[in-house]
Amino acid sequence: MQEFDAEGGDVNAAAVTPQTLTPEQRRKQVRDEWSACLTRLAETRDKSEFARLFGYFAPRVKSYILRLGMPDATAEEVMQEAMLLVWRKAHLFNRTKASASTWIFTLARNQSIDRMRRDKVQFYELPEEEPDPEQRDMGEHSIIAERMQEAIATLPEGQAQVLHLSYYEGKSHSEIAEQLGIPLGSVKSRLRLAFSKLKAHWGEEV
Amino acid sequence: MNISHHFDDATLMAYSAGTLPEGMALLVACHLHWCPHCRDRVEVTNSVGGALLDRLEPAALDDNALDSLLARLDEPEQEFASPEHSRSEPAGDSELPAPLAQLLGAPMDELPWKRIGYGVRQIDLELKGPGAARLLRISPGVSVPHHTHGGNELTLILKGSYNDELGRFCRGDVADLDGDVEHQPLVDTDEDCICLIATDAPLKFSGLMGRLVQPFIGL
Repeated sequence: MQEFDAEGGDVNAAAVTPQTLTPEQRRKQVRDEWSACLTRLAETRDKSEFARLFGYFAPRVKSYILRLGMPDATAEEVMQEAMLLVWRKAHLFNRTKASASTWIFTLARNQSIDRMRRDKVQFYELPEEEPDPEQRDMGEHSIIAERMQEAIATLPEGQAQVLHLSYYEGKSHSEIAEQLGIPLGSVKSRLRLAFSKLKAHWGEEV
Repeated sequence: MNISHHFDDATLMAYSAGTLPEGMALLVACHLHWCPHCRDRVEVTNSVGGALLDRLEPAALDDNALDSLLARLDEPEQEFASPEHSRSEPAGDSELPAPLAQLLGAPMDELPWKRIGYGVRQIDLELKGPGAARLLRISPGVSVPHHTHGGNELTLILKGSYNDELGRFCRGDVADLDGDVEHQPLVDTDEDCICLIATDAPLKFSGLMGRLVQPFIGL
């Protein structure tokens, strides 16, 4: 419970028992466990630690890559490359700088960018379909409602939507502006607002 | 280095999300190389991605996904260059931030600068994808014509300094501008000002001088 000690100033955090953990605190506990696991992997090079990390992260990493618009077989390959980097670069992981989730996210993101630049044609062909804009918006709202819980769900819909389109659909700010029919400046100010709220809400955790 | 102009939160979020065009991502990486303040900030914007990853619904993997990866763990590692971890040995010009030095591979004075008008020379980095990235080398006393931007423009000062409507920009500073800003930078010392400029849409020059220069800059 080292992390709770670190938040010693917060009376509520210090008082919680495992039964009364909020979903967000549970999530944080899980995150800390994975950071510890990744640190152990770096020290021991134990393949069973790697297998545990794989079990949790590989399906999420693949889910992320699929959302960027890559076909399933490519997403599987890129996920394998990203997870191989987790094994090879574990010694560079520093849990005081980032959580395991964040570190693995950046590896998966970089692998995805490399792949998209290499397969440019394939990548740019994907987002061409143009469904009815109203229907599409409804679809995105429901995805946000379902999949982004707690902190992100506390954001106003407009802010959660731009965060989602940016981080999880790999859209540039200009593309988001075009898709939503709002000025580029509004996309950016929504992102800034979302970011400052998430920082405040997640506090130490982010 | 005394850096006083930094990126907008929204730009660092786009960098973390991986959605910047190649040239803008390069420019951000260059500033991060020099700026501990923005390195701290990007840890936070990255962590938004990490927190979202925890919230994603897991996707189904191929049946033998784990076994086939476990079988590869002992493969000899191929050399793969990672800009983040090769900072200690920049190739080329050591005055430049490592990611740019590696890309250029030669000192700035030996690069094939092309004259594009009054006291302005440039090198197009010829990166792929949307937007453009180039080095501009502007002589003392010269001002770049008034221009606005269709999209976003990032400028990183590599050498020298300039002044414009937004303030004074020196080595290491970034100007993070979007389409609403019209500005006219003026080189304000007796040293050339060299900047890395990356855009995600063509610049729009205003005024006669601008219209004359635009075809040469080739945007």
